[in-house]
Amino acid sequence: MTQITSEADTKTFEPLAARGAPTRQIGPLNWLRKNLFSGWLNSLTSLVLIGVLLWVLPVMINWLFLDAVFRGNGEVCRQSAGACWPFIYEKIPVLMVGVYPQELIWRPAVAGVALLALVYLTFSDRIRGFVLISAWLALPLFALVMIGGAFGMTEVNQSLWGGLMLSILLALVGVIVSIPLGVMLALGRFYGSPLVKALCIGFIELIRGVPLITILFMVSVMMPLFLPPEMIINNLMRIQIGMIFFSAAYMAEVIRGGLQAIPKGQTEASLALGVSPNRTILFVIVPQALRHVLPPLIGRCIALFKDTSLVIIVGLLDFLGMIKGAALDPDWLGFQTEAYFFAAFVYWLICYSLSRYGRALENRGPNGAKR
Amino acid sequence: MKNVSLISAIALVAATAGSAQAQTLEKVISEGVLACGVSEGVPGFSNPNSEGVWEGLDVDICRAVAAAVLGDSDAVRFSPLTSSQKILAVSSGQVDMTSRTTTWTMKRDSSEGVDFTQVVFYDGQGFMVRAESGITDANQLDSATVCVTTGTTTELNLADFARAQNITIEPVVFEGKREAVAAYESGRCDALTTDASQLGAFRTSFIDPEAHTILDTLISKEPLAPLVAHGDNQWKDIVTWTIFGLISAEELGITSENVEDLAANSDNPDVQRLLGVSGDTGGFIGLEGTWMKDVIASVGNYGEIFDRNLTQTLGLERGLNAQWNDGGILYAMPIR
Repeated sequence: MTQITSEADTKTFEPLAARGAPTRQIGPLNWLRKNLFSGWLNSLTSLVLIGVLLWVLPVMINWLFLDAVFRGNGEVCRQSAGACWPFIYEKIPVLMVGVYPQELIWRPAVAGVALLALVYLTFSDRIRGFVLISAWLALPLFALVMIGGAFGMTEVNQSLWGGLMLSILLALVGVIVSIPLGVMLALGRFYGSPLVKALCIGFIELIRGVPLITILFMVSVMMPLFLPPEMIINNLMRIQIGMIFFSAAYMAEVIRGGLQAIPKGQTEASLALGVSPNRTILFVIVPQALRHVLPPLIGRCIALFKDTSLVIIVGLLDFLGMIKGAALDPDWLGFQTEAYFFAAFVYWLICYSLSRYGRALENRGPNGAKR
Repeated sequence: MKNVSLISAIALVAATAGSAQAQTLEKVISEGVLACGVSEGVPGFSNPNSEGVWEGLDVDICRAVAAAVLGDSDAVRFSPLTSSQKILAVSSGQVDMTSRTTTWTMKRDSSEGVDFTQVVFYDGQGFMVRAESGITDANQLDSATVCVTTGTTTELNLADFARAQNITIEPVVFEGKREAVAAYESGRCDALTTDASQLGAFRTSFIDPEAHTILDTLISKEPLAPLVAHGDNQWKDIVTWTIFGLISAEELGITSENVEDLAANSDNPDVQRLLGVSGDTGGFIGLEGTWMKDVIASVGNYGEIFDRNLTQTLGLERGLNAQWNDGGILYAMPIR
């Protein structure tokens, strides 16, 4: 410490005693104070939530693990108060692929591994741009070939497809086809000639005006009545088309919101630089619009995945359908809770991963928090 | 109501328009596979098992028809149908037949573009009680509490039954079947009522199935029969007579084990006719002479099908579904 003295004032500068180091802001107690009890309202909320957890968690843990049966059959399980996990192990294959022939199960498995690999590459940001888009476009085709069989592989009829495989396939094809379709509908509604505009508005409002269940019923039950017998499109294809239309109408409205948010100056600047109007829309406006509406777009994708569970009402045995079927197996009657718990867990896992990825995407890019 | 009649009118038009050229037999033979509609999951009737193979009584009827027509009980493509699709799917030709716990009613048979073939299961609303209660007949349920689901015909049938028997039954009404069953199991009611076939399935899921009895009394008629599109009489004959064949086989004592032996050695003219040793029963409906032999060899007779799917797994008694000479009402028309 340097002592500064002044000749005019004989007072000497006396530094205050050094303050002790600030109380450590880390450690469990401080964490609790900062995060859970930083005010009376927060304290009250925390206490209530902790109470609920203390009440629910022991019951859950008992049911999930302590009282649960991990080995055995239906008889053993019925004697126990806990969950019956052998039921889930035994049913995993049918939950994943439905009534798909089990000797060919490696084919959907390969497609599944390809999907996981692509998901990893995408989430970890290893591929981008053109490669990314073409890989995602190629994946459904690859999966359809692997699952359905072509190029000399045994053909597996679409009525045998089911389980989680079917749910993911419906959602994946639905998203991949409905986003471009949605962009076109939005552009048609925003920039189109009066006729195109009217057609796009008509399509969007018609589809948005009816619930998805109605559309599924129309395509599955009513459509075959109006088509000549020679033109029987199979049930799965009709339902996929119905879901694409439904999703596209909603995507179009989301994307239109993005288009409206782009200032006019962008178009004017681009045209002034001599870029053609079409290229302006495609390379200047649309990418910016999509970036603006990323959160709702991801939301629509998650919603579409969850909506695939509705196909059970038109007789497709998707993941939820197989869950219901598994719980009705005469050998394993009475384990509905386990079945639905597992279903909820799988749906949550997939939807949560999607929403995490969505958040990561938002943080990227010029408007994002980091780059 | 207007909508329903509109839909059935459309279905009828579609079916009659289709039937002119719909030769289902030719279509099935040329495709080499039978498209059969089943339910999305009813224990003992149709349900995919852990290997992803469809199993159940309804499923075995499809397999029997496939064996009769194509000689291969695995040449079936099962389409799970919901209750709202089951009639339209067959009347519009999406499936060749539906075998899906469908009650044979006049309205469906006459005005919805479908024909019922032959009853494969006589179901009806029944009661389950605790064995210790000592109740053996539904008449003894006076002043009993009965768990039932709301807004269904089940609830109305129960009220009708009580009035007809002049007894007081106190219904305890629940929104869903699961809740009603759970309430019964926990002792909330003295009895549980729903379709007898489902009572068996529910009993299997109890911790101690032996402690509960299903009464023989049935208070409603639910004859379950497979259906085909209206207008293709040959196809209807094939399905009908395959079912009669299954029932006759049990009556004659032909099983999947002794069928080869009986075909070679039996002197009984009825057995010989059924197995195609003498006469040409298959020719009447456009099939091979040995049609029934293929069926019995692959899926067994009606009794074997019933035992495999309903008795062994769900503990269901034959009851009404026993042969006519064994206390039931199963009565196959003579095959000759």
